[in-house]
Amino acid sequence: MGAVAAATGRHRRRRLRYAAEGRGVLATLLISPAVLFIAALVGVPFGLAIYLSFTDATAGSLSGKWVGLDNFTGAVHDAIFRGALWHTFLFTLISQAVVIVVAGLLAHALVHGFRGRWFLRFLVLLPWAAPVALTAIGFLWFYDPQASIFNWFLVHLHIVSANNVPNWLGTPKAAMSSIITVQAWRTVPFATVIFLAGVSSIPQEVDDAAAIDGATGLHKFWYVSLPLLLPIAIVAVLFGVVFTATDMVVPYILTNGGPFNSTQVLTTYAFQTGINAGNIGEGAAIALFMLPFLAVVVIGMLFFARRAEVA
Amino acid sequence: MAWRSRAFSYGVVVPFAALLAFPFAWMAVTSLKPEAQVYDPTKVWSFHPTLAAYGFLFHHTDYLLWLRNSCLVGLMVVVITLAFAVPAGYALARLAGRIGRALGVAIFLTYLVPPTLLFLPLSRVISQYLHLSDRLWALVVVYPSFTIPFAIWLLMGFFKTIPQELEDAALVDGCSRFGALVRIVFPISAPGILTVVIFTFSLVLNEFVYAITFISSSANRTLPVGVPTDLIRGDLFNWPGIMAAILLPSIPLALVYNLFLNRFITGFTGGAFR
Repeated sequence: MGAVAAATGRHRRRRLRYAAEGRGVLATLLISPAVLFIAALVGVPFGLAIYLSFTDATAGSLSGKWVGLDNFTGAVHDAIFRGALWHTFLFTLISQAVVIVVAGLLAHALVHGFRGRWFLRFLVLLPWAAPVALTAIGFLWFYDPQASIFNWFLVHLHIVSANNVPNWLGTPKAAMSSIITVQAWRTVPFATVIFLAGVSSIPQEVDDAAAIDGATGLHKFWYVSLPLLLPIAIVAVLFGVVFTATDMVVPYILTNGGPFNSTQVLTTYAFQTGINAGNIGEGAAIALFMLPFLAVVVIGMLFFARRAEVA
Repeated sequence: MAWRSRAFSYGVVVPFAALLAFPFAWMAVTSLKPEAQVYDPTKVWSFHPTLAAYGFLFHHTDYLLWLRNSCLVGLMVVVITLAFAVPAGYALARLAGRIGRALGVAIFLTYLVPPTLLFLPLSRVISQYLHLSDRLWALVVVYPSFTIPFAIWLLMGFFKTIPQELEDAALVDGCSRFGALVRIVFPISAPGILTVVIFTFSLVLNEFVYAITFISSSANRTLPVGVPTDLIRGDLFNWPGIMAAILLPSIPLALVYNLFLNRFITGFTGGAFR
């Protein structure tokens, strides 16, 4: 009796082990914990965000009443919100346009070996490696109305006069340019790194063939390097777009949406409405307006990921 | 030709490197200035350097506490991330066909769902259901939601560079699949895993939105939230102290980034966009 039970037990164990050796079963075992964790901590709150945006939930009351589309129509009729939408667009578009140009130049310049390259690359990487919440505070000091180091340079290069220096964060136009500058400054290194990977993956033979055909400078860049670079470069740019459109740190620390809401973006406005004012439902609705930005990026990524693979 | 390309390189890189790094140079200068002189227009560049700001930071603020909190959260998040992401990244790299690829891309896309979209619902979950308001555990629980997808993506890239033949050889030699994983695959991918550890840790050091939403008392703050909220006395900023506070974690991080950059690129671009 005991022997039979032991035998079936052994048999079952062996069958289990055999099953676990199967590729599908093993893969499922390895992947599912991560998928479940992500579903619980991204999927559930994401659904909750959508639910809350249809309620009048506040920080005080546990569960809000269903209010339908009120939060969304309320947002659309709110001038500050419309401004925030527009500023998010500008903030993203201009900073990332600057990043593409600078990172493209830097990647082409850094691809060949030269003396001091390691150190120069280290300097270029600094803004990316340093925690951005901290460096943004640094810019609060660089933009200080009384002691701005940028103004010191501008005055000593005789670009502006000493008694009429710009107040970088205190006037609407200057404030917008200031936060765009900081965002561009901190995204350039990442884009450079990814572009650099793209440029270095262009085989030497392609370069040589182009040279033999007499292609130089801009011509070579436009007809040879750019098409080869495009898929990976676009992935880098889409990353920059997502992390800029959905970023809160730089505007929050430098201007917190001011002066007069002139630098209010979706994220800072959602934070002020949802956390500071406690209107969680309205805040969630405002944050959801980031979805179109995300959708564009996701579709772009999927499209170019497939193209990059086919190529 | 060679000198022309070198001239192009220096001509582009030197000015841009100077521009990108200048803020750090000016932070260093300010951090060495006596606090009373930061607004003095005659002392912009010439002054008697002092380490007073660093002393202030260590002895009169909670800076070391925030640093400790950040490291503590960082270490725990790294452990959780590896436990979930290493098996998943490996399986996704080896899982051939459309399902594996689609799943890999789907997990990666969740990394793009921003904290600024999730912090409002999560703040309710943290306070009402988990009762973790103002505790570091709130961050330990929530941070893996973005570090795991990021780590899976990098690890997929690394594991794809390890030839399948190596594992097959181990299987022929009588290793189980799991044994091949532990004895062959993990040792070879150790540098890749180390890269994931470093970049996961730095994601934690960077996180701001959740930390400022979930944590309310000074003693529980992490570095990126403690410095902007607590180093300001009333309306008075101690600028040399703040500059020192920024530089101290930034420089070592940048050095480590530089060391692991090539591996980061391999993992990042090797996932599926290739």
